[in-house]
Amino acid sequence: MAADGIMSSLAVDGVRIEMIERGHGRPLLFLHPGIGLSPGAPVLDHLAERARLIAPIHPGFGRSEQPARFTGIDDLAYFYLDLMDALDLADATLVGVSLGGWIAAEIAVKSSARISHLVLANAVGIKAWDRETREIADIFALTEEQFNERAYFDPAAGKRDYAAMPEAQVRIIARNREATARYAWSPYMHDPKLRQRLHRIRVPTLLLWGMADRILSESYGRAYAAAITGARFEPIARAGHFPHIEAPDEFARQIFAFVDAA
Amino acid sequence: MMRVYHFTEQPYPAAWNDHGGSLRVNLPNRKCDPSTAADLYHRFYDEWMLADELGFDIMLNEHHQTATCMSSTVVVPLAILARQTSRARLLVLGYPIGHRSDPLRVAEELATIDVISHGRLEMGFIKGVPYEFPCSNQNPVTVMDKFWEAHDFILKAMTSHEEPFSWEGEFFHYRQVNIWPRPWQQPHPPVWSAAGSLANARMLGERGYVMAVLGSGYKTRPLYDAYREGYMSKGRPPPPPDRLAYLGLLAVAADEAEARRRGEIVAGYLRSGGIVWPPFRNPPGYLSVEENAGILMGRPRERTLTRDGRVVDMRSAGIQDLIDAALLFCGTPDQVYRQIVEFIDYAGGVGHLLSMGQAGFLSHADTVDGLTLFGKEVLPRLKTYPQPGAAAHKS
Repeated sequence: MAADGIMSSLAVDGVRIEMIERGHGRPLLFLHPGIGLSPGAPVLDHLAERARLIAPIHPGFGRSEQPARFTGIDDLAYFYLDLMDALDLADATLVGVSLGGWIAAEIAVKSSARISHLVLANAVGIKAWDRETREIADIFALTEEQFNERAYFDPAAGKRDYAAMPEAQVRIIARNREATARYAWSPYMHDPKLRQRLHRIRVPTLLLWGMADRILSESYGRAYAAAITGARFEPIARAGHFPHIEAPDEFARQIFAFVDAA
Repeated sequence: MMRVYHFTEQPYPAAWNDHGGSLRVNLPNRKCDPSTAADLYHRFYDEWMLADELGFDIMLNEHHQTATCMSSTVVVPLAILARQTSRARLLVLGYPIGHRSDPLRVAEELATIDVISHGRLEMGFIKGVPYEFPCSNQNPVTVMDKFWEAHDFILKAMTSHEEPFSWEGEFFHYRQVNIWPRPWQQPHPPVWSAAGSLANARMLGERGYVMAVLGSGYKTRPLYDAYREGYMSKGRPPPPPDRLAYLGLLAVAADEAEARRRGEIVAGYLRSGGIVWPPFRNPPGYLSVEENAGILMGRPRERTLTRDGRVVDMRSAGIQDLIDAALLFCGTPDQVYRQIVEFIDYAGGVGHLLSMGQAGFLSHADTVDGLTLFGKEVLPRLKTYPQPGAAAHKS
């Protein structure tokens, strides 16, 4: 059901969300990070060139409904398992960036019945080392300027002029921030049990990593890969925490190269 | 009848000399000299004991990881003053119960304090200021759900007397709840909370709890009226003044110039209370999406009004504006009395004045002098001042 030609709307488990659907071919389910997803993002067209792209806006983000009962990433993982059932997806490539990567990993440890490939890009979600190591920068203790410095290869890519935006857009930004905190405030940006469950992932997995990321370290990404049997680690040099924004072309190219090869 | 509660946040003033841009959350505690802190605690307790003798009631609070308030665990001063004072009501405003992982412990602490004080406890439960969330690590998005579950649990624990009960909620789990001691006051100590929005004021009115407001000055009346509407919507008569409280700063002295000098010191605390690393000022979900969008777009936030409708920012206003906005009661005893009475009449009745008579660098001698003057010359008159709205409740 088309809402405005760009976004469609879909109800799963009684929760109505927005979704971007574009292109044809094998399904590719793209799970956005905590900063949300712009329907005009170039990466969407790159991904839709070679796949049936399905990019839902998570419950609580954008204009998607926030059920009060959804309080953790687990709730989103089960929601997307149900969404894949509802759309009857088969052999889907599951791609997630940052928080979306965490959701994707949680989905894959529960069931990969509808997934053929998993791509985790600068994903949060695991506790890699000891309890006194801050593995994931505390984004809620950073100014926006500091966040951009850490998150982007080119910090200007994260700059926003709120005064020049329509209020509806600013509200979405505020809503995305609130939803991120709802799901990931504590334990902060990870599930303490996820790492010990990653061995259940049986599909080919790619850790795609924007190397300028200073929210996460490269070694965090390599630890993630090491916990998943056979997972590959591929760098993207000129991108930070959000490679789908800073290097959309290479992001899509690496994903399809991986799907073609594995 | 008005009650006046002496209140200080128990600050550590030396920190203002070297705070590096943040007095809260991340101000390194190596800057806290435990010996200086000990002297300050004893001094503040002495002032509360004097207030008790002078006929004041007592208000206590807690904040965390901050030089603005060394009371990081409010049950400690409550317990000390429950034993060391004899007549004052002991108001905690508030206890941030949504930040506590164990409300059973809260119920036990408060019941114990109520018993030791022979039933003098007033229980104020609050959400907590934005800076509490990075300290407690409680989720600011869902904290009010947790707050209300804790509230429901604490009251049930205080009022269940026959056999242990079980609790399997969203946030808390217990199997055999049966607190010892049970509270002195029956069915439980009075419940207070604070409100800054009309919706919350109305909700507190519906519940009939004592509502405190702070920083609202001559914008208080709409909040009180919303409370009154909520109170009466449950089939009750208009609420008596003792359902409503107001927090203001107080600087009193025998002559006006000295009072103004003290007023500047006390106001300096207010003006500098917002010195905190910016990301900690507004955690996600603490304010609504609409409010946050407004902040991002640079829209000015709601401020306080003076009596004649001028907008005042309590973080930057001058002394006269603070007085005109009833954020600060300041002057000779007569002047302060008139300022307070004028506010009572404007508000339609204020049963409790929460009086911040010590703040920041205000010395022990100045605090004692102000308390004594107020206690002898203002307090007796406020206690007999005929409150608007009180007549209907003489029975």
